Amino acid sequence: MEPRSDRVVRVKEPPSSEITPEQVYLRRREFMRNAGRTVLTAAGVATGLAWLTGGARKRRILDERPDQQVTPLAVQKPEAFRANEQPTSYDDITHYNNFYEFGLDKEDPALNARALVTRPWTVEVTGEVAKPRVFDLDELLAFELEERVYRMRCVEAWSMVIPWLGFPLSKLLARVEPTSRAKYVAFTTLLDPTQMEGQQRSVLDWPYVEGLRLDEAMHPLTLLAMGLYGKTLPNQNGAPIRLVVPWKYGFKGIKSIVKIELTSTQPRTTWNDAGPSESGFYANVNPFVDHPRWSQASERRIGELSRRPTLPFNGYADEVASLYAGLDLRRNY
Amino acid sequence: MAGALPWLKPGLLLGSLAPLAIIVWRASMGTLAANPIAEALNQFGLLALIFLVASLSPTPLKLWFGLKWPLRVRRMLGLLSFFYASLHLLTYALLDLGGEWRTFLEDLGKRPFVTVGFLAWLMLLPLAITSTNASVKRLGFTSWKLLHRLAYVAAGLGVIHFVWRVKKDASEPVMYGLALAVLLAVRAWDWHQTRQRKKLGA
Repeated sequence: MEPRSDRVVRVKEPPSSEITPEQVYLRRREFMRNAGRTVLTAAGVATGLAWLTGGARKRRILDERPDQQVTPLAVQKPEAFRANEQPTSYDDITHYNNFYEFGLDKEDPALNARALVTRPWTVEVTGEVAKPRVFDLDELLAFELEERVYRMRCVEAWSMVIPWLGFPLSKLLARVEPTSRAKYVAFTTLLDPTQMEGQQRSVLDWPYVEGLRLDEAMHPLTLLAMGLYGKTLPNQNGAPIRLVVPWKYGFKGIKSIVKIELTSTQPRTTWNDAGPSESGFYANVNPFVDHPRWSQASERRIGELSRRPTLPFNGYADEVASLYAGLDLRRNY
Repeated sequence: MAGALPWLKPGLLLGSLAPLAIIVWRASMGTLAANPIAEALNQFGLLALIFLVASLSPTPLKLWFGLKWPLRVRRMLGLLSFFYASLHLLTYALLDLGGEWRTFLEDLGKRPFVTVGFLAWLMLLPLAITSTNASVKRLGFTSWKLLHRLAYVAAGLGVIHFVWRVKKDASEPVMYGLALAVLLAVRAWDWHQTRQRKKLGA
C-alpha cells in the first residue's frame, strides 16, 4: 500500500507480521460457525428435553402471577389439637396439591384452580336426618372457627403439618339431627367441568365422593376446614370448604364439598372404585400395611430431606384407635 | 460437506446435560418443587427413558428416511440413557431411601414396579460397558449386535415401570410405549422385506 500524505490523519497499520494468514482466518471463521452450530444444537436439544419433561415452566408461570384473593378469618386457638411440630410453609402447602379436578401434577391445582368460583356456594346436608337443609357460605363461616395444627399424611408417603381453620363436622351434623338409621356420612365434590378442567378427562369417576362411618364423622378431630394459616382456603386446597380427617390418608379429605348425605349403608368412595386393592374405605394411616407399590412404613415431611417413620393413625392413635377395636386393620385398610 | 458435522456431538452432549444442570441449580436454590427428591427422581427417570427411546431411533430413521447422521450419535444417546438411569437409581437408593439397603432390597423383592425398573437398569449396564469400539472387535460384530438388542428389552421394561408408577392416567407412559412400538415395527418390516428379497433371489 502507498504511504499516505502526512497531512491526512494517519491510520496506523499493523505490521505485516501481525496480519492473520488467510488460512487461519478461514479456519477461524469455520470455528466460529461450528461453535454457533454447537450452541444451536445444544439449545435445541435442551429445549426439546425441557418440553418433554415439563417441570420448570409451570413454576415460572406461577411465580409471575399475583396471589389469589384470600381473606383473613377470625379464629379461636384452643391449646388442644395442636401438633407440636413446625408447620409446613404456606408456599409448599399451596403449591404441592393432589386435586385431580385441576390436573394431575402437584403444581397444576395452583395453576388451574383460579377458575373455581367459591361464592355463592352452598352445601346441601340431607339423607337420614330429621332436619335436612342447605347451608350457604356465610352460614358455614358463622360456625365458630378454630385453628387446628394437624399432621397430613398423603398415601404417596409424603406429609405436611398444616394449621387449618375450621369447625368440627359434628357441630354441623348436630344441626340436622341424624336419625337412628344414619350409619355413614357420604360427601360429594362439585361437578362442573367448565370450572374444574380436570373433570373434562375421565381420569376418575367424577364427581369425587368420599365417606366416613358416623362415629368417625362425629369424632372431635374430624374437621370441616374453611381456611389455613389464618386466611380463607386457596382454591387449590379445596375452597371454600373441605374435610380434614388427620388420622386417615389425605385422599379422604374431600375438597370443595357441595353435598353431605347421611346414609344407612356404606357409601362408595372414588379411590376405592378406582382401585379396590390399592385404597380401601377406611384408609387409616398404617405403617404396617403397605401400599401394593410402596412401603407405608416411612414418609418424607415436605421441607425435610430424610424420611421419618410413619406413626399408626398418623400419631392420633390415643384419640382414635378405640374406634377400631376388634376390626382387622389389615383387611380393612 | 455432509461429512464432518463436528458440532453434532458436542452440541448434543451439552444440550443433554442441560436438564441435569437445571435440576442441580434449582435444587441448590431450593426451588426444585416442594418435594425436590421426588422431582429429581421423576425427571432423571423420564430422561433415561427419553434417551433410551432416542437411541433406538437412528436405525429406523435410516431405513425410513435414509438419514445417516443419527447413527453417529447412537452410542452417545445410549450412554446418556445409562447416565440418567444411574442417576435415577442413585437418587432412589441414596436420597429417597437414605441408603437403607434393607429397604432397597425389600422393595426390589416385593414390588414388581421397582423390580422391573431395576432390571431395565441392569440390562443397560453391559451395554454401557461394551459401548467402545474395542468391545465390538472383541465380541465380534454379530454377537455385539445381538447383545445390544437388550436395549429394546430395557426400553420395554422402562415403559412398564413408568405405567406402573403412575396412579392414574397412563397417557404419558403409553406415548413412549407407542413410540417404541413404531420403532420396532419399522425394523420388523425391514427385516421381513429383506427376507422376502432373499427368498426371491434364491
